[in-house]
Amino acid sequence: MTTLQSSLRPVPRAAWWIINISLAALFLYPFWVVVSQSIKSPAEAAAAPPTLFPGTFSWGNFAKLFSNENGGAGFIQQLGNSVLVSIGATLLTIVLSTLAGYGFARLRFRGSNLLFFATLATFMIPFQAVITPLYLVLHQIGLTNNLLGLMLVYTTFNLPFGIFLMRNSFAALPTSIEEAALVDGCGVLRAMVRVLLPVAIPGVISTALFTFFASWNEFFAALILMTDQSKYTLPVALNVLSSGTFGTLDWGALQAGVAVTIVPCIVIYVLLQKYYVGGMLTGAMK
Amino acid sequence: MAHNITLTARPGRPNRPSLAPRPQRRRQTLSSGRSRLGAAVVAPALILLTVFFFLPVVLMLWMSLNRWPLLGKISFIGLGNYTAAFQDQDFLRAAGFTLLYTLIMTPLLLVIGIALALLIRRPGKASRVFQSIYFLPVVVGFAAAGYLWLFMAQPNIGPMLDLLTRSGLASHSDNWFGTFTTALGIVCAMVVWKVAGMQMLLLNSGLQSIPVELEEAARIDGASRTQVFRYIILPLLRPTLALVLVFSVAGSLLAFDQFYIMTSGGPANQTITAVYHIYRVSFQGFQLGYGAALSALLMIVLAIVSAIQMLILRNSDHN
Repeated sequence: MTTLQSSLRPVPRAAWWIINISLAALFLYPFWVVVSQSIKSPAEAAAAPPTLFPGTFSWGNFAKLFSNENGGAGFIQQLGNSVLVSIGATLLTIVLSTLAGYGFARLRFRGSNLLFFATLATFMIPFQAVITPLYLVLHQIGLTNNLLGLMLVYTTFNLPFGIFLMRNSFAALPTSIEEAALVDGCGVLRAMVRVLLPVAIPGVISTALFTFFASWNEFFAALILMTDQSKYTLPVALNVLSSGTFGTLDWGALQAGVAVTIVPCIVIYVLLQKYYVGGMLTGAMK
Repeated sequence: MAHNITLTARPGRPNRPSLAPRPQRRRQTLSSGRSRLGAAVVAPALILLTVFFFLPVVLMLWMSLNRWPLLGKISFIGLGNYTAAFQDQDFLRAAGFTLLYTLIMTPLLLVIGIALALLIRRPGKASRVFQSIYFLPVVVGFAAAGYLWLFMAQPNIGPMLDLLTRSGLASHSDNWFGTFTTALGIVCAMVVWKVAGMQMLLLNSGLQSIPVELEEAARIDGASRTQVFRYIILPLLRPTLALVLVFSVAGSLLAFDQFYIMTSGGPANQTITAVYHIYRVSFQGFQLGYGAALSALLMIVLAIVSAIQMLILRNSDHN
């Protein structure tokens, strides 16, 4: 692997550091805003003009967020909805795309190529275009305003990418290894688990991360399909907070809500960067 | 018992002889067993895709040929929705705005993405750290990012506006969401913040696949940095560029979240995008037939634009 000793533009070290630190500051600034606004006392949070640094540390905004002040369903329930839907969609997507990926890669059957291309074709169709008839379909099955319905929708959105990733993971494995395991006397199932699982794990993790982030952050479908406040997911809950339905808009609480929405994603990303980035690059480059 | 393994021929692989003489019957059972298993494991995913994707697509096309209020009588009107679309001032304005937004964002994101990619090319841990920082906003989600920036730019209480005021570049009472250009500007800034890291990553990956020897050889031959960039890097980066552009353009054409959240389509409906208009038609006006027609148009435009991009950009000769 060639090193990059001769960069295209060997920027002098000092300049490189200055530029990067400045940019990093710019990129991190909004995160600072969320954090600082959330931990200010509610009174200070409403200050105009705003203070640069929080004067005191306070959980007040979070308290207001999690109390039932915004009327109807509490924020905690909406947080729970997001967790449920995201994890559910992630698990479902992993299972279905691993199965399908293996099937497409290894277990050829009549029409499997055609079906695989059909799956890929869904990449070309934006779900924003499909949402209108999808709403009707869900309406007919009675799955609108239903967390399971939303979970199934999110799974469907993420299946194409997951199937693509998993199929490529399995296809990369030479058949001889599989056959050798079978010859060794393992049953088909044990052969699969022993040999295929290690190959599949990175793809599974990448698919999981993708699906989780996509589901956790999804706004459009959740906005349309959920009509009860008690069924809202976090992004839509933020929308409620921002409309200031009950009196003036509580910006401190809203930013606390943003913080709650953002933190899990950041934590997961920092811990599992390698897989998320790796999965995306693999998917993109093929 | 001897295991009779057959390696079935796959395209591109030579047909290897089997390890032991095999009876025809067993071979057929083995491969048809695998076949059935294959269909079985693929089925669940395909069922979901069919019900929640393929079926709606077909339904969308049918719906677009009808007047289809959510509650009320459905009537077939042929291409009526489509002709109405081209006379719908709101739709045309939304389409025009979406185009404008795409034309602004695409080069902006690309330039910044390339700049960041070049910037983090330097080997070493520091680059990794900076790369992570630039990528961090990507995992945040448009909704959270939208509300965050909405706050930052609020008149009187917004921290970003506050900083700019203290630096003399603005004033506390400026309402950036009140005029079209500044509202669009804020949204664009937010999207750049959120998406640039992704472009950086993809472009960097593309850059890394270009052998350094080529650059070095060119530099030894006396090429300037810009020449190396224009004649070596850019052409070899073409496939990556194609990919990045396709996603970038698609993302911009389909924009909704950021405008719904940050500008509510304002001021005066000037920042309503195509998808936003579809949302209003289908889920505020409940005219599902018309919404379906607009969705179909969107889908067609997207397909054409993506196809054109792929055709133009995908051809690259690696000399």
